[in-house]
Amino acid sequence: MSDKTLTRMDLSEAVFREVGLSRNESADLVESVLQHMSDALVQGEQVKISSFGTFSVRDKAARMGRNPKTGEEVPIQPRRVLTFRPSHLMKDRVADGNRRQG
Amino acid sequence: MIRSELIQKIADENPHLYQRDVERIVNTIFEEITNAMARGDRVELRGFGAFSVKKRDARTGRNPRTGEAVEVEEKHVPFFKTGKLLRDRLNGK
Repeated sequence: MSDKTLTRMDLSEAVFREVGLSRNESADLVESVLQHMSDALVQGEQVKISSFGTFSVRDKAARMGRNPKTGEEVPIQPRRVLTFRPSHLMKDRVADGNRRQG
Repeated sequence: MIRSELIQKIADENPHLYQRDVERIVNTIFEEITNAMARGDRVELRGFGAFSVKKRDARTGRNPRTGEAVEVEEKHVPFFKTGKLLRDRLNGK
């Protein structure tokens, strides 16, 4: 494992190399992909990217939580959370790529 | 929304690009994220979320049908944590 962290810059660099647009335009396109995905999710839509995975929005009911430090009970408001379910292909590639040698 | 709809939205906004280039752009982004995780790297997209790899330790599992004990090897699984901005937007903040 190399334990590096990639950012938007690495993704736009990959787009730049692959398609040969300017670096600026590549960065804008990466941003607009993330923006469209976010907008769809905020609308409550599921975002399903074949061979990558599915992002879905789930409603969580209100519940009583507890402050772990003080033990005090605090109400947790109902909220919407995002879950990502990786595709089989991604799971396999991640499992294979990180398997210990030998 | 599915991959082809995402590609269409980007294509509509960028009439100067060929449809096939838009496809390559979108595919490259997802491919790059998967490749990074396959190397054990993280991908941090501020405001959207972060993709990382989590290690699951080896364990002794059980075949639910026969009750027989089976050794399950250590493995690595993809993980996504939603970014703060998107989490807030989902909740109308």
